[in-house]
Parts: sequence; C-alpha cells; structure tokens
Amino acid sequence: MKVAYWPGCVSRGFTAELHGSMGLVAERLGIELVELDRANCCGAGVIAEHNQELADTLNARTFALAQQTGLPMMNICSTCQGAQSECQQRLRDSEYRAHVNETLAEEGLAYDPEGFSNKNFLWMLVEDYGLDKLVEQVKHPLSGLRVGPFYGCYILRPKHRLGYEDHPERDLYLDRLIEALGGEVVQYDGARKCCGFPIITMAREVSLRQAGTHVGDALDAGADCLVTPCPLCHLNLDMQQPEAAKVVNRDLGLAVLHLPQLVGLALGLSPKELGMKRHIASTKWVEERLEQPVAA
Amino acid sequence: MAEYTIKVRRFQPESGEGPYWEEFGVDLEPSLSVLDALLQAKDRDDGSLAVRCSCRAAICGSCGMKINGQSGLACKTMIGEASEFANRENGGGEPIVIEPMGNMPVIKDLVTDMESTHWTKIRRVTPWLLPEGDPPEREYIVPPESMIDITQSMACIQCGACVSSCLSMEADPDFIGPAALAKAYRFVGDPRDAETKERLHDLSQDPHGIYDCTHCFSCIDACPKGVAPMDQIMRLRRAADEEDIEDQNHGRNHMEAFTKIIEEKGTLDEALLLQESFAPGIKGKLIPKHGAVQELLQSIPTAVRGVKSGKMRSIPKLIPGVHPKLPGDAQSHVKRIYAHTEEHQVELNLYIRGEEADADESVPQAEAVPEGDIQPEPDEKGDH
Repeated sequence: MKVAYWPGCVSRGFTAELHGSMGLVAERLGIELVELDRANCCGAGVIAEHNQELADTLNARTFALAQQTGLPMMNICSTCQGAQSECQQRLRDSEYRAHVNETLAEEGLAYDPEGFSNKNFLWMLVEDYGLDKLVEQVKHPLSGLRVGPFYGCYILRPKHRLGYEDHPERDLYLDRLIEALGGEVVQYDGARKCCGFPIITMAREVSLRQAGTHVGDALDAGADCLVTPCPLCHLNLDMQQPEAAKVVNRDLGLAVLHLPQLVGLALGLSPKELGMKRHIASTKWVEERLEQPVAA
Repeated sequence: MAEYTIKVRRFQPESGEGPYWEEFGVDLEPSLSVLDALLQAKDRDDGSLAVRCSCRAAICGSCGMKINGQSGLACKTMIGEASEFANRENGGGEPIVIEPMGNMPVIKDLVTDMESTHWTKIRRVTPWLLPEGDPPEREYIVPPESMIDITQSMACIQCGACVSSCLSMEADPDFIGPAALAKAYRFVGDPRDAETKERLHDLSQDPHGIYDCTHCFSCIDACPKGVAPMDQIMRLRRAADEEDIEDQNHGRNHMEAFTKIIEEKGTLDEALLLQESFAPGIKGKLIPKHGAVQELLQSIPTAVRGVKSGKMRSIPKLIPGVHPKLPGDAQSHVKRIYAHTEEHQVELNLYIRGEEADADESVPQAEAVPEGDIQPEPDEKGDH
C-alpha cells in the first residue's frame, strides 16, 4: 500500500511525536508514505473565514499535488480532513472548479475530483487496509488497557460532507480500532464532543472548560488514557491539560495518545520510540498497565 | 406494522421527584415519525406524557428534541431509521432514546422552556430591520440577487434544535448561540439594513459573541432546514473582517495572523500565530491592547511545560518567525494564489446553487444588477 501523505502543520510542529510515530507505524504496516512536501496548510477553517476562494484554491493545490503522484491521499489530522472535505465539497461544482484551476494552472497543476480520495489514517485503516489485516500484526495486544476514544469534530460533522452516506459507521471506527488492538473501549460523555481548541486564543476559559470536562468524564468512567486522530484536540487535551484542570477545579492527569501511537504500542514499538515522553500528561500509567496486562 | 420500544426521559415538576426513564411499546409503519410514536404512547398508555407539537410536517418547529442523542425534529425523524441507528452496534433489542432538548430548562417531560434561552438570545441580536431615513411610499425595492445570500438564514423555523446541540453553549451558557447568530446574519447581510457595522461591532465585542463559537459543526447536523448556523457565524466573522472591526477576543487578529503566516511560510508557525494573535505587528507590541499582555502571560506556563517535555525544544518551534518556508518555488506559488484570490474573493453558496450542480440548471451566482434593470412585479404595472 502506498499513499500520498499530508501530515499537516501541527504534526510537524507542536506534536512532532505524531509525525514521527506515523512514520514508524507505516513502516511496520507496510504502508509507503510519499510525503507531499510542497503542499500547504489546509487553513483549518480559519482562512476560509477570511476568504473562501483562497482556502479552496490552497487546498485544490494540495489535492492536485497529491494527484500528480497517482496515489490516494492520506492525512493524519481530523482538522485537515474536515477543512479539506469542505473545500472538496465546493470544488465538485465544475464551473467553480474551472475558476480555481485557472489560478493553479501557472504551477502546472489542476485538480480533478474524479477518482480522487483523501482519507484520515483512521478511515484508511478501517476501510482500505482492513482491521483483520491489522490484527494479524499485533504483537502486544493492549489487553486490560481502558481507552477512551476522542474523535474530534472535524471527522464527525457535518455528516453529509464527510462521506457518511457511503460509510455510515465512521463515527464508530475509533471504538472498533481500540477493540481490534485488544483494548477496552471506555464509554464516556465527551467522546464525540469538542475539545475547545479552535477558541483557545479567543475564549480561553470556555475552551479549557470543554477540554477539562471531557478529560474528567473519561477519568470518572475509568479510562487509562484517551486516543485521538486529531493533533489539535491533542493540544487542548494534553498540552493544555494542567491549565484545563485549573478551570474545572479538579486533578486530571490522563494520558492522551495520538492514534498512530496506540497502534504502534500494539505493534510492539516502545513508548520512547513513539515519542510518548514528549507529552505533557504523563503516559507512565499506560506503560505500567501494558507491562502487567490485566487478565481479561 | 412494526414494533418498537421508545425510552423517554420524563420529568414532572409537580411530583417533586427528579427525572426518570420510562419505556413504551409502540407499533407503527417504519416510515412514520418518532412524533407519531410519542403520540401513540400518549394515546394508549399515558395521557400525561407531555410533548409539544403542531404541524407534524417540519414547518412549525415545535417538536424539537434529542433522539438517540441527536437534536432534531421528532416529526422529521422516521421511527424505522431511528431504530436502525439505535441498534447499529448491537444488532437489535435497543430502544430509541428520546430526551428533551439540551441547553435549556425542562418544563415537563419533553417540553423545554424556549423563552429563557432561545427567545432571549434571539431578542439579544435586534432581530428586526433598521433601515435609514423615511420609509418608501411602497415596499423597499432591492435586486433579488442581493437577497440570495441571506435566504439560507431566513429558512430558520425557530425550533431550537441547533441551540440544543451547541457544544459552546454547553460550556458557556451566555454564548449568544447558533440560532440567534444565524438570525443576526439575516440582518447583517440585508442590503436594506443601515446598522450593519454597529451590529457587527456589537457581536464582535461581546465575549460571548461570534468568536465564542468553537466550530464543532453540531448545529449544522442538527438543523432540519439546512440553515447551517455555523456557516452564518463564519459569514459574520468574514463581514467583521471586511469592515475592519476590532474585538476583545483577538478573533480578527487570529484570523489575520493565521492567513498572513500561510502566505509567508506555507505551513503554520505556531509560535508566531500565538504572538501575533495577542499582539499583532509592531504597533500591537508597543501599545498592546487591554488584556493582551495578561493573556499572553497566561500561555507561558504551557510553553514552559512544552520546553521541559521536549515538545517545543527546537528553535523554530520556540522563536516566532524562524519557521521555514515551503521548498523551492512552492512558496512563491502560494503567494501568487493569495494575490489572485484576494482580488476575486468568490464565495460559492451551495445552499443556493445546489450541490454537484449541473452548471446550466443551477441558479446563477449573485451578480450586481444595475438598478434600471429591475423589473416591477406584475401587480405593480397597473395603477388600480
């Protein structure tokens, strides 16, 4: 399996452990990543707030670069997925697309939606790679590990934009993946809610209250850790966790793993290799839990 | 006919007891609605079951509630589909879970108090036209094209489903919220209104205004009429940006800084974004806005932890502006895209145009129509 790989900005910035662990996991799974190093930021919905045509053209550029490789495109960020799916939806309009492609022509690029696909690693694992095939490669089942899924808004809503007509169970994939890796899914209130990150610089307390509430709910439900396919959720749930704890006025301290890290642990990679030392909320408990698996 | 079980969250204030769950068995065609199921239960089992409804056809907006956790209209949700959704994991035996709307007080069973949240917030945005000067002798005449942009927000039936689903309001009950802000755009975008700038200023300055929306898309999925309230909030932000309206929430600064960084670097320089959101440019640093220094200081503990853990232990991540550009000539192409698109600023409204539209059949995009081209309505022709 070979994909045109768009890691996004944050996975190479504040959550570099995500990009790193994705590389290691892909190697173990036999997925060849052709990185789109000339591609640009998806705009995270923020550029679209300023100028919709600019956001659409920037993303059409990324799609066209992916199409040049002749490979399906894969991202590792829910926010990239959401922002790009939104542009893909508008770019299905042929007249508008022709207008956007005119701007791209000078670079020798053109976006053609025919046969193009852009999927988050989570969707790709379940729909294209296959959980059965993944299970065959599990060396260290996550038995006894109680994992709370945190999906991130951008791969959940709005459904009509994110391919839920064809794949109605995309909002269950994280649960299925945790189970396939041998872990136990923890049901808690916040799994499909918002981490609050988009307003961290605008309404800090509201943002942190969201993050703190969800982490607290997961702890109350008995989670050993959370897992998320979105690095922006990771920033609010992990990097801001001590600040969120102050806002919700309780002790938190819950490890938050990136999706490839959880897969990597099950494939036998070490927490150190997966960059888990770089997290703010300690992952020590997860490591201890995995060293002494609880009998199922 | 098929048999279903509905599990209703009930509450009777006169009982002095807290809310509780009650299950009812119903039998009806799968194509009938969840509202039909509730009315059958009320008819056959318990006449005291309180539910608000009227038209049964997704027009009056009375029967907003949560069905399997999703906010929407009971009359527009088919019982068969709701049952399938409830059973998609376990394959059967699960009831359809029905609750009153969220983010508002419950009066009784499925009836919520729309006044204290929804209507209060709607009134907050001055939901009527504020035109300039004396009214014309007859109606205001505007080119139909200039109204196209607000038809989506005009489709609102005030059911409250978006308010019920709002995740920002869950964390901040003072948030003006999706319904009221969509209504606000209905007047901001109206060419007859003369207070556009004042409205935008008000909604930007309010800490619970347009920059309090966390972009979770819940309201878009909840709305039974395709209003997409979050899209209207983003339109309000775009309009505030175009009008150069400053706000206390650093919302516009954040948007401007983000957009500028991608123009210069192609990918996000997170350290620079943080700095520029709070204190933009040289002026922002020399004369920081009220609260900006405090908020920038608030982010220092997080940065220190980031350095300690190794998350930010590199110069490009720590020092704003050191972030590399895209390789080769890629950055110059990104800049060129900026130059082109800032000139056009085309906005495609899929609500109006229709998705995957055949260009010939679709409604033409809004174009400025010279005033002389406006044709009078047929009833305006005669003088009788």
